[in-house]
Amino acid sequence: MSKYFLKRLAMAVVTLLAIITITFILMHSVPGDPFANENKRMPEAVYQNLMKKYGLDKPYSHQYIMYLKNIARGDFGESMKSNTETVNEMIARGFPVSAQLGLQALIIALIFGPVLGAIAALYQNKLPDYISMIISIIGVSVPSFVMGSFLIQFIARNVDWIPIGGWGEWKHTILPSFALALMPLAQMARLMRSSMLEIIGQDYIKTAKSKGISRTAVIMKHAVRNAILPIISILGTTISNLLVGSFVIEKIFGIPGLGMFFTTSIYNRDYTLIMGVTVFYAIVLIAMLLLVDIAYTLIDPRIRLTEEGR
Amino acid sequence: MKADMAYTKEMFEKAPQELRDAEGIRRPSIKYWADVWRRLKQNKLAMVGLILLIVMGIMSFAGTQIAKFEYYEQNLTKINVKPNSEYWFGTDELGRDLFSRAWLGTRYSLIIGLLAAFIDFGIGVVYGGVAGMASRRVDAIMMRIAEVIYSIPYMLVVVLLSVVFSEAGSGTSMFVLILAMTITGWVPMANLVRGQVLQLKESEYSLASESLGASKGWILKKHIIPNTLGPILVNVTLTIPRAIFAEATLGFLGLGLQPPKPSLGTLANDGLAVMPIGLFYQILIPAILISLLMFAFNVLGDGLRDALDPRLRK
Repeated sequence: MSKYFLKRLAMAVVTLLAIITITFILMHSVPGDPFANENKRMPEAVYQNLMKKYGLDKPYSHQYIMYLKNIARGDFGESMKSNTETVNEMIARGFPVSAQLGLQALIIALIFGPVLGAIAALYQNKLPDYISMIISIIGVSVPSFVMGSFLIQFIARNVDWIPIGGWGEWKHTILPSFALALMPLAQMARLMRSSMLEIIGQDYIKTAKSKGISRTAVIMKHAVRNAILPIISILGTTISNLLVGSFVIEKIFGIPGLGMFFTTSIYNRDYTLIMGVTVFYAIVLIAMLLLVDIAYTLIDPRIRLTEEGR
Repeated sequence: MKADMAYTKEMFEKAPQELRDAEGIRRPSIKYWADVWRRLKQNKLAMVGLILLIVMGIMSFAGTQIAKFEYYEQNLTKINVKPNSEYWFGTDELGRDLFSRAWLGTRYSLIIGLLAAFIDFGIGVVYGGVAGMASRRVDAIMMRIAEVIYSIPYMLVVVLLSVVFSEAGSGTSMFVLILAMTITGWVPMANLVRGQVLQLKESEYSLASESLGASKGWILKKHIIPNTLGPILVNVTLTIPRAIFAEATLGFLGLGLQPPKPSLGTLANDGLAVMPIGLFYQILIPAILISLLMFAFNVLGDGLRDALDPRLRK
């Protein structure tokens, strides 16, 4: 058991190291250096100072080790374009916003997705099935940026108290959360429907029914409990999709989250910020994947057994 | 039976042709793919998807031909014109014809999606096939490597590569876009192929072939790959919308193809910029096209999966 977790943890660390290394190599293989093309008339002394400040005058291997050390201490360095904030401060400002948005979207998806899928399966080939499948097909087909702009156009412009964009009060989070939640919601509904259908046909459901257990109890205790397992297994991917979705949603609704910092850092070619945010995202994601994995093995002992048997 | 029964010549006459024909199979036997196609045809939603794809595929080439203006032609006297008889989809803020741009964007989106899926397919089949056929140890190492690559968030790699290989604000070349998408995208395909190979390797017909002296490569080529084609096809069909979606998202974030080349994502990005001044049609058109593309590929992939699923066969 603990051996399995240790193995998972080791994998996570290797993955993280791989990401950091790839990010480092990529950012340093950009032709030219970040200051060369910006101010052509920059005095030589200033240029040398800047290079020194960011440690760019040292050999790559030295820079790499320095970078690893700094990350291990939780220091992502200074932004190359902003003089007022370090990368850490930007992450500290942006992440709570993105996390709130992502969490709200995840909760919406987790509530409505499985319910929709379960209803569809229980009423297979009847009206509720068709309705929920139409919703989920729209959900997987319509990209979040399309959904976001449609929500602005048709809801925010017509309903007075719902703002078009911005951040601050809770009402600002309603539309972005829904726009972000739609795709994972639809994926969960589809997954829930197929796994529900499979489980309804199982013998133990028949046994439960023949023992005279009420329909609700059979559905809730025997069917849903088992059918929900695949949903937990895709939670990791869902969280990663929510993250990418948040880049887009934050741009549409003008929300000052981490995604916004990331996209602006790309425009500005602020390499330390790009690196910092990428590595931070990677840490968050890998931690999430690890948590989901562990949670899954705790909930479903079958996985643990087959993994250990390998 | 009497021992002295006479065998006369008449007893050995050829049977008439009609009697021999009775043993023949009258109707053409339904081959595997013909059967799949027959069941796919019964799935109305999947057929809608297929027809939609064919129409959009044709329009992505024909649309730019029947358009009255080239996609890069600017007419500064006619900027932000709403859709009318001259400009069927209107014009953008540089006075470019959106009809021509939208269909060219569809073409690029389709090409990127198809190429990315094709490359994922190629790498995935080779890697998964080798891992499945190799010894347990090699297999374990190969799968660990794939696992590490796959747990790198796909979109972060795409964004990073687009940043590195493109000048600020100039967009990304199609090569880099496809590279970025396939760098982690092949892993699910490899996993799928490996799983299938491991399963089919144990099948009786593989064993029979092996005992007749066939090499591993031969078994892989002749027995295993043809039998995994079904699930692979479904996977490819569902990879395409993912790549199209990724490209559109990149375009929307300003990392799409170099201007003036349009993609559906960059068109939507341009459309978003003018949405606050009431020009909703500029985002509406690329939004509808991309949603239709995603819808078509998704329902076609679902339909294929159902048509290939032996459990649903009657």
